[in-house]
Order: sequence, then C-alpha cells, then structure tokens
Amino acid sequence: MNKIVVAMSGGVDSSVTAALLKEAGYQVIGVTMQIWPSNKLPDENRFGGCCGIDAAADARKVAYQLGIPHYVMDFRDIFARKVIADFCQEYRRGRTPNPCIRCNQHIKFNALRDKARGLGTDFIATGHYARIEKDKATGTYLLKKGVDRDKDQSYFLYPVTQEQLSHTLFPLGDFTKKKVREIARDMTLPVATKSESQEICFIPDSDYPGFLKAFVPQAARPGLILDEAGNTLGRHQGILSYTTGQRRRLGISAREPLYVIAIEPAENAIVVGPREKVFGSEFTAANLNWLAILRLTKPTAVKARIRYQHQEAEAIVSPLDEYSVYVKFTEPQMAITPGQAVVFYDGDTVLGGGTIDPVRKEVM
Amino acid sequence: MKRIYLDYAATTPTHLDVVATMLPYFSEAYGNPSAIHAYGQEARGAMEEARTRVARLIGAQDEEIVFTGSGTEADNFALKGTAYASENKGNHIITTPIEHHAVLETCHFLEKRGFKVTYLPVDEHGLVNPEDVRRAITAKTILVSVMHANNEIGTIEPIAEIGKITREAGVYFHTDAVQTAGHLPINVAELGVDLLSMSAHKIYGPKGVGALYLRKGTKLTTFMHGGAQERGRRASTENVPNIVGFGRAAEIAQKELSEEAERLTFLRDKLINGLPWQIDHTRLNGHPRQRLPNNVNISISFAEGESMCLSLDLEGICASTGSACSSGSLEASHVLLGIGVPHEEAHASLRFSLGKWTAEEEIDRVLEVLPHIVARLRAMSPLLKNP
Repeated sequence: MNKIVVAMSGGVDSSVTAALLKEAGYQVIGVTMQIWPSNKLPDENRFGGCCGIDAAADARKVAYQLGIPHYVMDFRDIFARKVIADFCQEYRRGRTPNPCIRCNQHIKFNALRDKARGLGTDFIATGHYARIEKDKATGTYLLKKGVDRDKDQSYFLYPVTQEQLSHTLFPLGDFTKKKVREIARDMTLPVATKSESQEICFIPDSDYPGFLKAFVPQAARPGLILDEAGNTLGRHQGILSYTTGQRRRLGISAREPLYVIAIEPAENAIVVGPREKVFGSEFTAANLNWLAILRLTKPTAVKARIRYQHQEAEAIVSPLDEYSVYVKFTEPQMAITPGQAVVFYDGDTVLGGGTIDPVRKEVM
Repeated sequence: MKRIYLDYAATTPTHLDVVATMLPYFSEAYGNPSAIHAYGQEARGAMEEARTRVARLIGAQDEEIVFTGSGTEADNFALKGTAYASENKGNHIITTPIEHHAVLETCHFLEKRGFKVTYLPVDEHGLVNPEDVRRAITAKTILVSVMHANNEIGTIEPIAEIGKITREAGVYFHTDAVQTAGHLPINVAELGVDLLSMSAHKIYGPKGVGALYLRKGTKLTTFMHGGAQERGRRASTENVPNIVGFGRAAEIAQKELSEEAERLTFLRDKLINGLPWQIDHTRLNGHPRQRLPNNVNISISFAEGESMCLSLDLEGICASTGSACSSGSLEASHVLLGIGVPHEEAHASLRFSLGKWTAEEEIDRVLEVLPHIVARLRAMSPLLKNP
C-alpha cells in the first residue's frame, strides 16, 4: 500500500483530501504543521491561526474519525526564517508580499516533504484546488488550474519544481468546492460546515497593522502622503497600512478619488494619484520558476495573473536576462503591485511565474 | 499491526483485576461516602480499605493519606498548601530544575506571588547533591521539594539523605513519587519526607486519582473549599470507584514489586545494551545504575526525536520523545537541557518505558526496527557529513 503524508490544516479541503486518499487505498498519515508559537497559555498568546492548536484539534478529530494516524509537527523555526522574515522584509521595502506562496515553496513542498521522507514516504498531498498532469510525450509534469474556476489555487503553487510535482497529489483538483463540501457532509466529517479561512494564517485576528507594527516597526512610522509632483497632501500612519491601488484610509479630501500609486520606503512616503494612474501596462518580474517550459527564449503571448483575485489578462512576456522577464499587458491593468506574484498561463496550464518588480528605468 | 506499548511512564493500562474491583462502585455500591445510610457506609468502607492499601504501599498511617484527583493535584496541593500555611515562617522554597512541570509550574506560580525559589544544580546524570540542599537552606526556607525519580531520565534521587538534612533543619520535605510509588520500595519514615505525591494510573490503576501523603502534624492550607471530605483537607465528593481502584492497584503493585523490578531491569538493560552497539553517536541519558527499572532514555545524534518517535509509531512501537508537537510540548525537554545535554541531542531523544506486559520479543523488535529508522533519518541529516 502506498504511504502518503497529507497536510491537514483542520479545514474542509484538507480533511476531504485525507478522506479521499484513504478511500482510494492509500496509507494516509495526517500531519498538521505547527508554524507559529501557540504552545503558550491562551492569555500569553494571541497567535494561532490556521495552523494553531485549534486547527490541530480539528485535524485530529477528522483523523480519528478516518482511523488514520495524525501528528503535529514542528515547523516553527523554518517558517519564521523562510516565510515571516521574507514577509517582514518585503513590507520594509514598501512591497506587498504573498506569504502563502512562500509557505508552499519552502514549507509544504520542501520541509514537509522532508518530514514525510523521515516517516518513510516520498509523497505528500494537499487540499489545493489544482491539477497535476504528466505530459506523456515529454515526461513533463504540468500544473493546471483546478476544475472549480472560482477556487482554483494554481496561482499559489507556481514555485514548485518538476521533482516536487512528481511526488505530490492534489486530489481536489477535479472537484468543485460545492462537491467537496458534499463529500464532507456525506462522510459526516466533523469539519463539514466549517467556514472558509481567508486570513493569513500567522496573523492573529486578521490584525494586519498590529502584526506589522510589532514585527516591522519602521513601517509603522507616520509619514507624508504626496502627489506625483511631490506636494504634501496629508499624513499617513505608516506605510504598512497601504498597498498599491488602495483607496481607503487615505483621509484626504480631493476633487477626485485618490488611490495609492506607489510606496516609497526610503522616504517613508505614500504617493497618491487619480484612478487612471493606478493602471499600468508593464512591469518586470524576477525569482522566476518555469514549469511547463524549460526557460523563456522569446517573447511569448500568455495570460498573466498579477494577484489571486485578478482576472488574468493577455500579455506578452519577454526574456530580459537570466533572472528576469519583462511583461506588457495588451490592456492596462489595475494595481500592478511589487511583491505580489505574477503567474503566466497557457489556457489551463501554468507556464511559470515570478515576483513582480517595478518597471526598470532602462526598459521604459 | 500488533502494537508494542513502551510508554508506561506516561500511563499504564488499567489492570483487569483493578477494573473488576471498581465496577460495583459505579451502579451498585454507588453511595456518597459522607451519607449515613447503608449505601454511604459501604462506599465509605471500601474507600477506607483503599486508603489502608495505599498507605501500606509507602509505610504510612491511613489518616496521612489524602486522595486527590491526580498526581499533579497532589504536587500542587503539597507546594501551595505548605507555602501558604508557612507564610509566617518564611517564603523560600528549594527544588530542582528537572522536576515534573506539576512542581515547576507551581513554583513559578508561587514566585509570581512573592515566594523565592532556589533551583539546585544537578549533575550530568540528574543527581542532586544532598550537601547542596544543606547549603541552600536558610532561616526563611519553608519547603524542599525533590522528586523521587525523574519521569524522563529515570534517575533516582538520594531522597533519604536529603530527608536527614531537612529533618535537622526543621524544614518540610516533599517528594514527587509519581514514578516510584508502586515501582520501588518506599517507606516514608526511612525517606524522611513530610509530603509525598502519588498517582494511580502509573501503577495499573485508573486515571483521575492520586494521593498526597501528609505526615501527621504537617501544616497545609487547603485550596478546595466545600464539604468536610478527606478530614477537611480536600472538599469534593470522593471518586469512590477510582479510589477503590487505586487501592487495589497499590495492593497488587506491592505484592509484585520486587519480582517486577527484577524482570524489568533485565529487559531495560537488554534494550540499553542492545542499542549503542548497533547505532553509534548514541548516549544514555540519566544515571547508568541509579535509575528506574523500567526507564530507557537515549539521544541518537543526527536523528530528530520527533521523526524517530513518529516513525516508530508507524511501525506500531509506542515510545515518547523529549520534544514533539504531538506530545503537546514543543520545546526541548527541560530535563535533558537541565542535565547539560546539548540542544541538538535533547531534540534527538527517545524514551522507552517498560511495564508489566512488556515482553522480551518486543524489546527484540525495537532493536530490529530502530536502526533502520535511524539510518533513514541520518541519511537526510544535513549535520552528519561523515557517518
């Protein structure tokens, strides 16, 4: 029987993942990843989130019902080093990071995989809505969108490697969320009616500013709100509260609505402008990972998605150098945000992706 | 898969004789021991018989035994009770850094409320030097608390020697005997202790019942207020089935103690001697001889304790490790760190604790399986360059 480690967060998706694999005859080992200190007494510790003690308790209930072993394993060190440090560093630089992608890259598909090996299996499964297909002709593993287009999570998965894809299962990729909930109900899993978690798992009570204030104090200093010409329009309470395209919390009265169009960490300033200035057509991206192709050799027409909720749009992606690409959208897009990921699609297939940087002067 | 249970120090299966003894006290002889009628009397009678059996196990008088809800409660009661009863005399408590959390956390609680706590040094095997106790005692000292044997590394402390010193100094002496009562011969007079904690579920009794031995004349402030149960020392309707089960377990333990200790010592040494020969970079934690008959605690360098323990579990072998999220404690063991085991080796520890139903084939099976697991984990270790 094939042994497999299932990352169980205590939510519906990973619970059904474990259940489906168990039904399919796998020897399933449930693992909940402890990523953030929550072994302290409740009053000393507000942190918890998706992988906290409550999550472990829910996962344990499911595992107990399924009759599979369940372990809580310690990933706190590596999570702090690889995910939280990066998250804080990006905010310090005035960027808007996506920690879920870093977590997938460094924790789930790397550190968890190592733990799985320690338990004597080389395979892991998660509850992501995405599909993995092997191209029979080339032997390449393709990462594809989940069948449920509203839930598709391929965006978060682009940094995985071929080797990782070949040792990973996404059993939910062929299901809709609705169907997954039905399965959970039919199996009377104790988490069938649990609500969706939208928050960033390591930020307690979704208190983003509170978290960043504690961990990136320099991004919580008050500073100036400027227009593009450098005129002072108002004051802000710290750049950590802002992201590109944001309209709320500016506190400036103006004739037309103003949006954040840039964050300048060196000056500790927010630059605002009218709505049309939020739109952009071009940017560069680095930290690339190509999945369906070996490397980008020529300008290529793709669909590009620049954040999870973004409706992907036509673009041409061109190689700049070994480490970066230049992306030009056919139509201007709202809020191209440095630090977020761009993922390139060919239909359902993830070609690859990278991290968005501002447009470099030399290519403008 | 046939399971092999080697975690008797965590808890033991309840002996079927014990269960049989308990059963009538749920739905037949269900009276409240405080009631004056026939039901009350039979419950009271059985409970007092159990008290005699528990007292006999440690050479105490019946009235010196207070039943509690657990060993942890007994520890809490001993420390907080003497601390608050002796406030006029002083505020200084002496203990060790390798006590069970039930003692350590209670000390931390008391520290926050103005008590001063001295944590004695322990040597590399976890032994306390009785002379250090003597030196630490001041005019303000109200209590010394040193465990009888350590639950993680099995080291047996020189309680009788410490007891002589505390007697001379006129200071109360508490020992946490949760790992020893029923496993090692205990006589409270010989040990010179004033308070001693015990637990039923470590000796094949039920979970949820413990006892505190309180030497006659020991002053203690109660912290369960209500009825006059346990001579006013612990209010609560007594858990009669559990107490009766505890009594029976104590009786069986006393009868089988020496034979069982001999059998377990043989198996323990077989396991200890079998391991290092097969796996290098292995150390035995705790005292090589002065240790519990059922305790094996080893550190296997370059292999994570958590992964070893979980891999063993997947092979049906139930042991424990000094650090694992699954066991509810995320930090490296305070005991191993306390005896100077380096951090990495503390994270690479495994505890096997043997018991009544441990068979020699089970030890053989561990010796067969563990080296494969260690080899697999070491192959992945970034720290081990030249194995």
